[in-house]
Formats: sequence, C-alpha cells, structure tokens
Amino acid sequence: MKLTLKVWRQKNGSTPGELKTYPADHVSPDMSFLEMLDEVNQALIMQGEDPIAFDHDCREGICGMCSLMINGVAHGPKEAITTCQLHMRSFKDGETITIEPWRAKPFPIIKDLVVDRESFDRIIQAGGFISASTGSAPDGNAIPVAKPDADKSMDAAACIGCGACAAACPNGSAMLFTAAKVAHLGHLPQGQAERHQRVVNMVATQDAEGFGNCTNIGECAAVCPKEISLDTIAMLNRDLVIAALKGIEPVVK
Amino acid sequence: MMTGVLTLHRTSVGKKVIMALTGCILVGFVVFHMYGNTKMFMGPDEFNKYAEGLRYLGSPVFGYEHLLWVARLVLIAAVVLHVWSASALVTQSRKATGGMKRYSEHKRHTSYAAYTMRYGGILIFLFIIFHVLHLTFGVVGYAAGQFNHPGGGNYDIYNNVIYGFQNVPISLFYIVTMVFLGFHLFHGVWSMFQTLGLNSATYNTLLRGLAVVVCAVVVVGNISFPVAVLTGVIQPV
Ligand code: HEM
Ligand code: SF4
Ligand code: FES
Repeated sequence: MKLTLKVWRQKNGSTPGELKTYPADHVSPDMSFLEMLDEVNQALIMQGEDPIAFDHDCREGICGMCSLMINGVAHGPKEAITTCQLHMRSFKDGETITIEPWRAKPFPIIKDLVVDRESFDRIIQAGGFISASTGSAPDGNAIPVAKPDADKSMDAAACIGCGACAAACPNGSAMLFTAAKVAHLGHLPQGQAERHQRVVNMVATQDAEGFGNCTNIGECAAVCPKEISLDTIAMLNRDLVIAALKGIEPVVK
Repeated sequence: MMTGVLTLHRTSVGKKVIMALTGCILVGFVVFHMYGNTKMFMGPDEFNKYAEGLRYLGSPVFGYEHLLWVARLVLIAAVVLHVWSASALVTQSRKATGGMKRYSEHKRHTSYAAYTMRYGGILIFLFIIFHVLHLTFGVVGYAAGQFNHPGGGNYDIYNNVIYGFQNVPISLFYIVTMVFLGFHLFHGVWSMFQTLGLNSATYNTLLRGLAVVVCAVVVVGNISFPVAVLTGVIQPV
C-alpha cells in the first residue's frame, strides 16, 4: 500500500505547529497503525530528520497511552479499539491520512502528537480511590457483590484513561472519563463511604483543570475504545445532585 | 438539606442541573401554551374566554391577574437562569477547546439537534421578546388601532392572532422559529433526564421517544396556527 500522511509537527508547547506531508510507500495491510508510523520514522531517521513523536506503550489496547486523532476521529475509523489495535487494512491504497494530537486546553502538546494528560491524573487523585485499612489481603468473598453490580462496575472500570472522550468532545469535556471512575467505584459496596464526596471532588477538579461542560452530545461514547456508556454520566449526575442536596462541599488540595 | 441546592451553580454539572430544572418548567409552559392556543379552532368565543380565564385564574380566592403574574415571574426567572447557566457553560467549553483548531474534525455521532442547542436557544430567546411585543403588547406588526388590548371586560385575542398572522413575514418567522424550537426540544427533553441522572439503558429509548412526542406535538400544534390563518381556515370576526 502507498499512503500519504499529513502529520501534525510541533517542536514543543511554546512553538506553533503545522501539518506536514510525508509519503508512506511500503505499508503492509497487516501492519498496525503504530508499526506504520515506526516505518515512516525509520525512513526519517535514515534521512537525518527528526522522527515523529507519538505516545504508545502496551500496543495491545490496555494501557491508554496511544492517542491519535486519525482523519478527525479519535483512535481512527474502527469502533471500540485503540490506535494501537487499528490495522492498515482499514485504509485504502493511495489514501491520504491526517494525524493530529488530542486537542483540548487541559491536554497541552509536549511534542508533535504527544500530549500531557496529567490533568486526568489529578482528577483521579481528587476522588478515584477508596480509603481502606491496609494489612493482610481481605478474604475475597467477605463482601458480597451482586452480579449485576459487579458487571456494571467492571464495564466502567474498563476505562484506560486514554483521553479520546475529551479530545472528541466538541465541548472539550472529560465527563465520560470522570463518570467511568465514579461509576466504577459507585457500583461497589467498597465505594459507598466516599461516594458523594468523590463526585463533588472529581467534578470540581475537572472544572478547575479547564475541561468543558458536557451537553450530552455523545461523541465521547462513540469514540471510546472501551465502550464506556453515557449511563455512567447519568450516574455521575445523579450522585452530584444527591451530594448537592446533602450540602457536600468539595475538598480538594 | 435544601440549602445544598443553592450550591449547585458552583460546578459545571450543577449549572447543567439548573438548566434541566428550569428547562422542565419551560417545556411545561410551551406544551400548555400550545394546548391553550388550539382553542382558537373552537371559535372566537371559546378562545377569548380562555384569555379572560387566564386573568381570572384562581378567582375568587386570587385577585385579577395575580396568579398570571406569579406564572410570569416564575417563567422570567426560569428563562434568566436557563440563559445564564447556558452562557456560563458555553464560555467554559469555549475555553476548553479555544485556540485549538481541530483540523480534520469528523463527527461520528451525528445529532444535529445536540449541536445546535446554543444557536436555537438564542433564536428562541429573541423570538420570545418579539412575540411578547407582538401578541401581548401589540406594539409590533399591527396597524394603528388594529390590536385589541386585553382587559376591562374585553378580550379579543382571536382577532389579534388573525391580524397578526396575516402578515406573511411575521408568520414565516414564527414557523422558522418553531422548527428550531423543535430541535431544541428534541435534544433538550431527553437531555433533561440525562442531566438529572434519571436516564439509564432501561429508560433511554422511552425517554428519546418522549422527547420526539413532545417535540412533534409542540411544533405541529404551533405551526398550525399561522398556517390556519394564512390559508384562511380561520377568519377574523
Ligand atoms: C405559533 C405559535 C404561538 C402562538 C399562536 C402564540 C400566541 C400567543 C398569544 C395570543 C399570546 C397572548 C395571550 C394573552 O394575552 O392572553 C401569547 C403570549 C405569550 N407567548 Fe405565545 N404563542 C405561540 C408560541 C409561543 C412560544 C413557542 C413561546 C415560548 C417559547 C411563547 C411564549 C409566550 C409568552 C412568554 C407569552 C406572554 C405571556 C404573558 O405574559 O401573558 N409563545 N402567545
Ligand atoms: S472513557 Fe473511554 S475514551 Fe474516555 S478516557 Fe476512558 S477509555 Fe478513553
Ligand atoms: S499503546 Fe497501550 S492502549 Fe494503545
């Protein structure tokens, strides 16, 4: 396959970037999208040019590092997979592919296609945990969890924190991510003690980090590689309303 | 417990909850208003009695126009809070995406209604101002002496509506706005439940359906009034 790539190149956060065109002439349909970029980078290095910087780690859809806007869609044209799970057979020979970084104010560009997603870490730190006494591991069956609750919690826990939701959202909102964390813990008995404080803290942090406001458009769920559903957002909203009725104030460092 | 409600405006989600609650009041009004207006098809007496009845609402316990004014104040407060939350949230979202041109942005989940909420909202807001100046105060769209100011035992809103809608550009403005009101309701009515946390996979289809029904009833009903006048189905008396 022969492809033309238009790739966002940007030296660092303080210099303006631009889309640059590169040929990719030796692409096998069996390559993953990231392998294809590796090949292009190899050629760039041979020519003495700066290779294209992009994030990746596990390359099997579990770490959430890969983060490319491919032809304007987060993680590319296939549903429910990450960029690293995307194969070149999903594209046509001769196609031009535009590759951009996640774009949202709270995801500043570090270099080229690499963005800083520490804002997500700070949202997690604000409430994405439970407080438990340490010591020997508790008996696995000591706290019974109903199967439907366990399933819903697991579905939400599948979120890998990639940031596609916020990058795809026309409002730059991180609601699907935050809601996945709220639903993950909120469906479990262990998550109940801090349930309402959690949602207040996480929403306040999300606002403070500069994310936008959810208008229930659903672009996030449509691109989420882990198929987190809008139901989690309804659950976050419900918890926030109850927290407000209880008069719970955010406690954020 | 209830004082917690007063902290809602502090967070983005809380502001959305305010939009949902005030939106709920406004939806209730639009449905009721459409229903009330269908009385024009039952003839001038029935329709004009309705205008009189609105002013004597709650009589004899409540005085002339007292409950009407309560309703007006609630509606004004609802509109103000709805618009205030919307603009605060739009500003926040602009900042979140601002200065970040997304070159080849491609929408996967296509919902025209969801994307046009803010523009439709502005149009409806301007429409309300025009509409009150038009059919409530009669200061726009009428020849001198043509508008009959309701009050003092005389409630001829029947002829007001007909003379008002015989003006073609004004009728078209009403019809166009109703289409946008339809988009606003199509997304808004469902979104209200999602924002209040009352939606879930079990109810989603039902709530989407409810939004379609509310939207269709209000839009078809409201558009039928100018159309009935323009086609001569209802004539001045
Ligand atoms: C084609 C559709 C409509 C028709 C024929 C219509 C007709 C009328 C009439 C005749 C009045 C005056 C009633 C009276 O003085 O007793 C009125 C008042 C009013 N209408 Fe409409 N209306 C329509 C659509 C709407 C819509 C879509 C909205 C809001 C989004 C709206 C908001 C209002 C408001 C706020 C008032 C003033 C109520 C008051 O202060 O007494 N109308 N309308
Ligand atoms: S909700 Fe989905 S799109 Fe958003 S961060 Fe988690 S896995 Fe990525
Ligand atoms: S590289 Fe780990 S999810 Fe893609």
